Amino acid sequence: MSRPGLLRGLQQTASLAWRTLLQLRHNPWELGDFSIQPVLFLLLFLYVFGGAIAGSTSDYLTFILPGVIVMNMAFVTVYVGHGLNTDLTKGFFDRLRALPIAPWAPLAGRILADLVKQAWSIVLLLAIGFLLGFRLGTSVGGLFAMAALVLVFALALSWVMVLVGVIARDPEHVQLFGFTALFPVTFVSNVFVPVETMPGWLQVIVIANPISQLSDASRGLIVGGPVLEPALWAVAWSVAITAVFAPLSVWALRRRIMNG
Amino acid sequence: MTTAIHAEGLCKRFGDTQALRGVSLDVEPGTVLGLLGPNGAGKTTVVRILSTLLHADAGTATVGGFDVHTQAHQVRQRIGLTGQYASVDERLTGRENLILIGRLLGLPHRTARERADALLTQFQLEHAAARAAQTYSGGMRRRLDLAASLVGQPQILFLDEPTTGLDPRARLELWGLIRRLVAEGTTVLLTTQYLEEADQLADEIVVIDGGRVIASGTADALKARIGARTLVAGAAQEADVGGIAAAIGHVTGEAPEVDGLRISAPARDADMLPALVRALDRDGLAVNELMLRSASLDDVFLALTGHHADTGDDAQAAPGEHP
Ligand SMILES: Nc1ncnc2c1ncn2[C@@H]1O[C@H](COP(=O)(O)OP(=O)(O)OP(=O)(O)O)[C@@H](O)[C@H]1O
Ligand SMILES: [Mg+2]
Repeated sequence: MSRPGLLRGLQQTASLAWRTLLQLRHNPWELGDFSIQPVLFLLLFLYVFGGAIAGSTSDYLTFILPGVIVMNMAFVTVYVGHGLNTDLTKGFFDRLRALPIAPWAPLAGRILADLVKQAWSIVLLLAIGFLLGFRLGTSVGGLFAMAALVLVFALALSWVMVLVGVIARDPEHVQLFGFTALFPVTFVSNVFVPVETMPGWLQVIVIANPISQLSDASRGLIVGGPVLEPALWAVAWSVAITAVFAPLSVWALRRRIMNG
Repeated sequence: MTTAIHAEGLCKRFGDTQALRGVSLDVEPGTVLGLLGPNGAGKTTVVRILSTLLHADAGTATVGGFDVHTQAHQVRQRIGLTGQYASVDERLTGRENLILIGRLLGLPHRTARERADALLTQFQLEHAAARAAQTYSGGMRRRLDLAASLVGQPQILFLDEPTTGLDPRARLELWGLIRRLVAEGTTVLLTTQYLEEADQLADEIVVIDGGRVIASGTADALKARIGARTLVAGAAQEADVGGIAAAIGHVTGEAPEVDGLRISAPARDADMLPALVRALDRDGLAVNELMLRSASLDDVFLALTGHHADTGDDAQAAPGEHP
């Protein structure tokens, strides 16, 4: 079998990621979609709830910025499913499949492009945070470690969204399922308020939520405080989610494309 | 390698629908095969199996001498596919679409750009090259789609209803283009719902219906079986219908079919039209419509199967609008 080698496959992945980013250049409003929304969230929560929750907006900014970065990461993964579903329903995926390219390149290109979007969102939120007065409590190394950890988790969550993208009838449903599932998961967490303020039964759920673990780890890495335990939990969750959803998504995708 | 495309006993089932019930066909290198059939006949399913997009439940197929199932990669290196519904990236420009395909096929940056520009010129899309494909008209999208399947200079080309939705001029242009590709040695399998299109382009025609091959042969052989044309007259007044029907019956030697004021009968010979005109003139019968119509797909089906082609409402559905 003269399947393309790993190197060719990676080049094809890069070409396909480039294509997804090129779409953004032609549709700048889409960049706004995942840029304006997190910034709005940050500002709204900061100025509307900041005083009530943390006493002052500057204290609240320190608490909320890592959380909003994590929350936004979760929402941006929906674009993986949305883009994949668009390609499947519009037939572009078939065009790719009829080409002599590595069979995994289309999916890998999608996910790679999404990681670029993720990195952009993180940089944007940090920049706004610093403008609003956020001060790094740790080191630049901590900052990069936070970004890396968030990206690792994004990669894992992307596999869930690949599954949603394969199962959903059309791109609108991907967004509907994706956001509907993510809202409770991101809000029933410690993104906006410390877990100690919640009733006991809710604390159990919130602490078990990987979004909380990731938020805690991110706080530890850029604000200061415990890092190791929440970071290990976040990595463990990433591995577990990938282990379950990567094979499941690939299986579902195969099933969908080979049956018409 | 003797045949470019060889299929034997292809079967495919989707849920409760048996889409293909043992389709076999052969295409010689450098020739055009026209796969003719009404909506739901299984044309797209055949094309998708042969272009490695779908696995058949039973049967085997080779394209360019390689098995479509076990040697899909080799097959993909040799084919171009233009699906029934345009499958370009609507959010990229025409040029970017072609460059992307070139890059995916391993062309260096420069070559990919040159190839894209050459194809855009060839398909008269230069003026729209820098516009997003979503702003293209249906015909432009079709042309871009076809250009995209030619980036890799395939030996074997699959075209699924390439002219559906095109205006007559665009259709003629596309026919010319297909002829040029064939003259350069490309093997083409095209599907169509129009006998005329198959007649114009195809060396061999395979007619399928309900997932089965119901006839095959050259266009001439097929037409000889079904009568190439139909003579149609529209009576100006009710009273003349009987007389006109008698005249048509006499000239064609076939029993005419009467439908209101319309009278028609198969005509084997183009001379029959002037003969009919003379007969009508002599008997003082008035017609407000008189024509020699090429056999339609429906005529083919009526002749081959005894039933009308089952072209439902979706026959009118605009292609390209389909998800
Ligand atoms: N993915 C699918 N799922 C379920 N049924 C399908 C699928 N694809 C095709 N079919 C069914 O299989 C049969 C053959 O379909 P196919 O698309 O091959 O026909 P076609 O000849 O291309 O028709 P058309 O002229 O409308 O394009 C139809 O009855 C169709 O409804
Ligand atoms: Mg079809």
